[in-house]
Amino acid sequence: MIVKLAAIFFSMILVNNYVLVKFYGICPFLGVSKKLDSSLGMSAAVIFVMFMSTAVTFPIQIFVLDPADLGYLQTIVFILVIAVLVQFIEIFLKKYMVSLYNALGVYLPLITTNCCVLAVTILVVDDYGADVQTLGFAAAYIESLVCAIGSGVGFMLAMCMFSGVRKRVEVCDAPGPFKGLPITLVAAAITSLSFMGFGGIVESLFNVTL
Amino acid sequence: MAQEKVSKVSILTNGIIKENPVLRLVLGTCSTLAITTAVSNAIGMGVAFTFVLVCSNIMIALLRNVIPSKVHLPCYIVIIAGFVTIVQMVMHAYVDSLYTALGVFLPLIVVNCIILGRAEMFACKNTVVDSALDGVGMGIGYTLTVVLMATIREILGSGTWLGFQVMPKSFVTIGIMTQAPGAFLCFGLLMALCIWVEDKLDARIERKIGCQPLKDLQEGEDKE
Repeated sequence: MIVKLAAIFFSMILVNNYVLVKFYGICPFLGVSKKLDSSLGMSAAVIFVMFMSTAVTFPIQIFVLDPADLGYLQTIVFILVIAVLVQFIEIFLKKYMVSLYNALGVYLPLITTNCCVLAVTILVVDDYGADVQTLGFAAAYIESLVCAIGSGVGFMLAMCMFSGVRKRVEVCDAPGPFKGLPITLVAAAITSLSFMGFGGIVESLFNVTL
Repeated sequence: MAQEKVSKVSILTNGIIKENPVLRLVLGTCSTLAITTAVSNAIGMGVAFTFVLVCSNIMIALLRNVIPSKVHLPCYIVIIAGFVTIVQMVMHAYVDSLYTALGVFLPLIVVNCIILGRAEMFACKNTVVDSALDGVGMGIGYTLTVVLMATIREILGSGTWLGFQVMPKSFVTIGIMTQAPGAFLCFGLLMALCIWVEDKLDARIERKIGCQPLKDLQEGEDKE
């Protein structure tokens, strides 16, 4: 079990990296990665919201939507849960954890419409929903939470790596039309190329098939 | 009367070139990068996207005086999510292969910043007809851009176009173009080309990626 969880965690970070391989959350990746501290703040907020929303949506899918045969309502229910949760977290942090709110507050309104949060809640249901029958709810729940954290950490890794790349790109003398976003996208292509090298590493490292 | 007719046409064409959502406003980047691996996916996504955009624009324009401004965002999201669910069900029933190919990016239309952006910038302030035209224009602009990008990626990456072999058999395909790095590279080069043309026409605009709050954040960072 531990081995499988570790395999899920590392495969979400390296092989199935949400930003560079799967293209979820490109907007914050290109928009907020200019400085290391803002990319750290944004990714911390993303990890937090991803974990919380998966923790809420997975039981909703298993105990409410599936028994009532309402699977088609998944999109509406999940996005509403995420929107409410983000609002709730914002209010809670503002009231009880002011220092954390000061650090993450500006990023929270961006997260409701960030595709990586909705994507992770839908994908864990696709990937681990079937495990509820074979392994029981607790095991499937833990798997999906580990998957959510792994995806968030993968997002953070990509953001931090790219903010380093970007510092160099910003000062380089790019040809006229490439200045600004285009050269950043080309740099992202090369960063993404490096992540392709991780293909298959987790399977051989942990000796499991995912 | 003539004045009005011109303005209707300009609303429609606005989204295709002047405010092209992908290349000029830089919105909806995630789906653009992900679904342009094949032309068939791009067309399917473009049609689904246009349908949702037109319907949600019409609905939001109809309800623009009813929705309280304090909770406008959740209302918009529910309206958009409703139409996305319709598209999902129809596509699942009739074109299952496309449904599988687009995967999670179909429900992700809900959080696509083009649709939310148009709802907030246009549909909540304009009449139903204007909003519908704006939706059609933006949808066509998005579809044309993703089809163009998919054409480049599919021809270079697998030597085919819409499944037909167009390159000679001796052509060595560049596999990377249909994978993740090719998407970033193709998008970057296309945007550079777009800026080059703008420079020639003396119409270059400042580009900030993503939705409005993100753009505000970037501007704040630039000032520091």
